[in-house]
Amino acid sequence: MATTGILLCGVGGQGTVTFSNILTKGLMDLGYDVKMSEIHGMAQRGGAVTTQVRYGEKVYSPSLGFGQADIIISFEKCEAIRNIAYLREGGIVITDTCELNGLPILQGAAEYPHGILDELEKTVPNVMVVEANKVAAELGNVVVANIVLLGAMVKAMHLEAADWMGIIESSVPPKTIDLNKAAFNAGYAM
Amino acid sequence: MSKVIMSGNEAVARGAWEGGVTVAAAYPGTPSTEILENVALYKDDIYCEWAPNEAVAAEVGLGAAVGGARSMVTFKHVGMNVATDPIFVAGYTGVNGGLVFVDADDPGCHSSQNEQDNRWYAPHAKLAMLEPSDSQECKDFMRDAFALSEKYDTAVLLRMTTRVCHSKSLVELGDRSGADVKPYVYNKEKYSLLPANALKRHPIVEDNLRRLAEDAETLPFNKVEDNGSDTGVITSGISYQYVKEVFGDSVNILKLGLTYPFPEKLISDFASKQKTLYIVEENDPFLETEVKALGFKCVGKDKIPGCGELNSAVVKEALTGVKDPSVYEVAGEVPSRPPMLCAGCPHRGFFDVISRSHKRLVLAGDIGCYGLGTYDYSFCMGAGFSSTVGMAKALELQGDKRKVLGMVGDSTFFHSGVNGLFDIFSTQVNVIACVLDNSITAMTGHQDNPGTTKNLMGEDKPAISIEAVVRAIGFTDENIRVVDPLDIKAMQAALNDGINHTGPFVIITKRPCALIKEVRKANAGKFYKVDTEKCTGCKVCIGVTCPALSFENGAAKIDPAQCTGCGLCAQKCHFGAIIKGGEF
Repeated sequence: MATTGILLCGVGGQGTVTFSNILTKGLMDLGYDVKMSEIHGMAQRGGAVTTQVRYGEKVYSPSLGFGQADIIISFEKCEAIRNIAYLREGGIVITDTCELNGLPILQGAAEYPHGILDELEKTVPNVMVVEANKVAAELGNVVVANIVLLGAMVKAMHLEAADWMGIIESSVPPKTIDLNKAAFNAGYAM
Repeated sequence: MSKVIMSGNEAVARGAWEGGVTVAAAYPGTPSTEILENVALYKDDIYCEWAPNEAVAAEVGLGAAVGGARSMVTFKHVGMNVATDPIFVAGYTGVNGGLVFVDADDPGCHSSQNEQDNRWYAPHAKLAMLEPSDSQECKDFMRDAFALSEKYDTAVLLRMTTRVCHSKSLVELGDRSGADVKPYVYNKEKYSLLPANALKRHPIVEDNLRRLAEDAETLPFNKVEDNGSDTGVITSGISYQYVKEVFGDSVNILKLGLTYPFPEKLISDFASKQKTLYIVEENDPFLETEVKALGFKCVGKDKIPGCGELNSAVVKEALTGVKDPSVYEVAGEVPSRPPMLCAGCPHRGFFDVISRSHKRLVLAGDIGCYGLGTYDYSFCMGAGFSSTVGMAKALELQGDKRKVLGMVGDSTFFHSGVNGLFDIFSTQVNVIACVLDNSITAMTGHQDNPGTTKNLMGEDKPAISIEAVVRAIGFTDENIRVVDPLDIKAMQAALNDGINHTGPFVIITKRPCALIKEVRKANAGKFYKVDTEKCTGCKVCIGVTCPALSFENGAAKIDPAQCTGCGLCAQKCHFGAIIKGGEF
């Protein structure tokens, strides 16, 4: 009864919801039972947000405990560190290099730990650093950084068999279909 | 039929539609808000509204149910406290059309002031209670609750928790039935709870619940999984999922979907067969108390934490002693990331001004986005006004010269703040009452309220003017100020007037939330920038703590993508270093 756990983390407004909507549709397309858990309420107010996705033949709990995530997808590099306790032994971390200042930093009470990714790579064997924001900007719009990360995750988790292009087409605004597809492919190619 | 993925809240809305609901009312509150937002998708079939508060919503629902319509009312757990007066009445009147109260508890306090366990309300108010454990059950239980309500002439409490509301799982959809409204039949003895009538109703209500308790023994909401083990678990709601995750099919499980009235025979039969009996439930020992009252020994809150949210790892460690290890620890501190007021938030100007006079003030907060600002204490909806009366008296008694300033938002003003303002005016207490009017119920995700011009179904409606209400109470030009909170001078002048005035004083800060679609459109392309030649690096602007503002290389920096052009930081700069950058 093996299930796989995915933890998405980032900052409110970074597009974790669109990511997880497309992801769950893809997992359903692959015939898996899927559950997803997210905590709303503070989403638009710059707070840390996480979404947990679990899939397998049969999934019971929608949420993950510490040591239960097979992969962490982090939209902001500090958030990868904040949630690292969820990673199981041998699990993968995919993180953007994006840096967003939280309240204590804006107030001058703390400084952004710029070198934190080095520490992450020293500790966790499977870390993949993706410059999703940069790639998305080069493709034309930073808002598709989330889909760049999705492409990278699909490759890392060997989930190619789903009809990702079809799902993207039916999930994003029509004008942005090509941009989102390009973002997915760019992430997958990393 | 193919399956779709739905959150528990979406599934409850779907279940309501399938179950023939024609009237729905609610006051928003996380984690329940999306239920009515999704009911609104069926607005051609269901009349739905945001009521001014939960008590009004419950009375709208009870009126509709007595009138013959299948109806529903939703609220978060503390919202149910507000609604209990009519809910306890519904326990005695029973229904005509089915009536379901949907309550969303918040174990873990993800967005609430407590972890109260509302299951106790079911026996207390004499309601039947259903507890779904995933989205499929949310939909099915909600659909079936209306027939249950009508058959046993009882209101039903559908009790959810955050993790059920906000997790998504697969749901098989069905069709709508039962939407025919029953005729309203005059029956004063049933629907008018005068003492003589109420006393006659009481044994009828007890009989109805007894009838349901008997049938609960075999109703399909409750399920036994006999896996031939000598260990059994009794559980309900989301806890069932954690139990299955930890034990799979290795223990026997009694999963209760109908958790009030208790199926005593079913529980006894199950409990008597187990060598070891666990009760797994979040927060209070609700089921455990019943199992123990039936005379069975069990392991419950002595092992399972009663504080905080459960998950499978917590249940596993509590019952098996096995802990899933946190494998990796990364050296170095990661700064916290609490939620904060958005860029362009009108509340930022208000808080900038009042926090500079904080030494002269005791600040009473309330529930809303302004909970992210500065205040001394915050209780519950409406207390931002009403508590100031008591606080002012207490300060006066101890010779404390500080003035009390209370704050409520526009939606909170209509919810219950206005009642506190009646008291402030009647007692002529020496406080400043501030309505932070951002023209929307913002914190829960932009719902309309009596002060806005649209309703939940997207139709135009008349807006109630807060200023007109305040004047109708008796406030005049002498003790009302209406200001734009992002105009610091005007805001400061209003506060000074309030501090210097003796007796009640009202400040209405009026500026719409920066996230409202029309406001976003109007602000598109507007932003400020820093003239680094003029910037001295004094950080006064940084003091407004705006997410668009940071400090880099000895100077302030503004992110044009986040900046809305509100100009608050520019007003703060003594050196004229923050200037308009975009198209204004």
